[in-house]
Amino acid sequence: MSSEVKTISGTGIPLRGNDIDTDRIIPARFLRCVTFDGLGENVFTDDRASSNGQHPFDQPQYQNANLLVVNGNFGCGSSREHAPQAIARWGIQAILGESFAEIFFGNCVALGIPCVTASPDIVTQIQTTLEQNPDTPLHLDLENLELQVGETKYPVQMNEGAKQSFISGKWDSCAQLVNNTQDIQTTAAKLPYLAWS
Amino acid sequence: MSKGTLFDKVWDLHAVGTLPSGQTQLFIGLHLIHEVTSPQAFAMLRERGLKVLYPQRTVATVDHIVPTENQARPFSDILAEEMMQELEKNCKENGIRFYNVGSGNQGIVHVIAPEQGLTQPGMTVACGDSHTSTHGAFGAIAFGIGTSQVRDVLASQTLALSKLKVRRIEVNGDLNPGVYAKDVILHIIRQLGVKGGVGYAYEYAGTTFEKMSMEERMTVCNMSIEGGARCGYVNPDQVTFDYLKGRDFVPKGEEWEKAVSWWQSIASDGDAEYDDVVKIDAADIAPTVTWGITPGQGIGVDESIPVADSLPESDRALAQEAYKYMQLQPGNAIAGTKVDVCFIGSCTNGRISDLREAAKVAKGHKVANGVKAFVVPGSERVKVQAEAEGLDKIFLEAGFEWRGAGCSMCLAMNPDKLQGDQISASSSNRNFKGRQGSASGRTLLMSPAMVAAAALNGQVSDVRQILH
Repeated sequence: MSSEVKTISGTGIPLRGNDIDTDRIIPARFLRCVTFDGLGENVFTDDRASSNGQHPFDQPQYQNANLLVVNGNFGCGSSREHAPQAIARWGIQAILGESFAEIFFGNCVALGIPCVTASPDIVTQIQTTLEQNPDTPLHLDLENLELQVGETKYPVQMNEGAKQSFISGKWDSCAQLVNNTQDIQTTAAKLPYLAWS
Repeated sequence: MSKGTLFDKVWDLHAVGTLPSGQTQLFIGLHLIHEVTSPQAFAMLRERGLKVLYPQRTVATVDHIVPTENQARPFSDILAEEMMQELEKNCKENGIRFYNVGSGNQGIVHVIAPEQGLTQPGMTVACGDSHTSTHGAFGAIAFGIGTSQVRDVLASQTLALSKLKVRRIEVNGDLNPGVYAKDVILHIIRQLGVKGGVGYAYEYAGTTFEKMSMEERMTVCNMSIEGGARCGYVNPDQVTFDYLKGRDFVPKGEEWEKAVSWWQSIASDGDAEYDDVVKIDAADIAPTVTWGITPGQGIGVDESIPVADSLPESDRALAQEAYKYMQLQPGNAIAGTKVDVCFIGSCTNGRISDLREAAKVAKGHKVANGVKAFVVPGSERVKVQAEAEGLDKIFLEAGFEWRGAGCSMCLAMNPDKLQGDQISASSSNRNFKGRQGSASGRTLLMSPAMVAAAALNGQVSDVRQILH
């Protein structure tokens, strides 16, 4: 199920603002579903409706972008995987931000979407570049933790565990977890409360 | 690196091994599921030909989509009905215990697991819901997960995780009258920010938490995630044991004694080491109300909405966005802000003690003209208990609506929604844009007693003046 994610090339879409929560990414009314199909078209739907066509996700110059550039604490709030699912189904393959909410970050790992961080100065600079020149080519190199924006290379960060998961193609944890049944049973046997109920 | 804390002990005990990525494979002692984040997880299992490894360690209920007025099946919302049927089918096919509407045990997942004694000290608890942090009140490591991780727990009873740091948040002293657990956590988030807890587990310690009831501790732990912390906990003590004794899933007789001594052993050691320590004086905490669009934008009810210049530079853009969205003027007092809707309920504040506090305020008064006020018990058991105590009558006589159990207007995935730019006084946990079901709806977070006070006066009010 899982394949190596070492580099991602394409173009970027800047989305400014701190604390953009998962309710804004995909409002709860779209969670009334039993599959993730169709979420992509509703990503940021209320923010977009109130922006009168000026939301980056509606602007023609960003329609083919695959790398999202956000600010601080992106994806805070609910644990809904519908949020990264909606972003991915819109076409995003990687996200650069100042920081990410923890559950959102983990959900992205599970979907094979790397979230890398950089300093606020660098992130803002890249957002400005993408606003001025939407066609600027981007190249994210996870092994070297580097993002090339046009001719400029910027350092980016990602925790080592997540980085290794992507570059070794092991970001889909399910297969590894189910393989360790023996160890799981050994651990379970040590837990006093499993015997109580 | 932390050492000797409850978090370290429980983590180590549940660690199955280290994965090639360097992450820990962590055993999950209690897995809770509901209708919103589980259907896709079961579909993924079917696609991969996997089975539920420990069906007896997963418990299901339905809460987010449940209508709180007419709960007759089929639900009038066909999407909600489809989700119900999917959960019923998945539980039946996989041998998972399911507390359905009308069972007497249904309710918000974070209300029913504690009230039945499913949540216990020393456990790891996971659920596809960010407010799983609630269960940390028992001295458990409890956190929210996404749907792929729900799949992982179903298939292996484990998760791939990186260990968190531990911050001890010590609050000491007595809370002033009219100040509740909700105010304590809103105050903490105001102080530490909505991303202050990213990468941390919060240990709530000090005399203020020691004196709190279990339900108050649940309110605090519930909103850890609003402060960015994926989990928060209180060390188990006599208050914990007294709450648990006799509940459905708690060991009895000789096993009870063994359980208590084990629970005591997993509490943080006196000489435990923390990655960070923060101290707060309980006397500094006032009834707190949010004025903005994140739970960190909170102020004392007797304060004014902060002007942008008074805020750290990094908070100013968000403040400007909040003034505009909330249609509130910086510099104005928050007290006196007119409200349209008053909601008492949610996994934060839908327990019996919350309803009792709100009823004390409402008793003998009337909801202001033009205000829609309603009370949603967190579970069917809470509803039965409240009715046995006559709380429903107090609310109904005051002009509140009395509903069935569910998540209701906390996130409005059901018929309970704000309309247009209505403004609500809400005992829930999130004041995000659009959170309560209308893209322009506005939310002011506060304690249930403060919501009741707002309902009576039709505006944000200092509950201390009513209690006098």
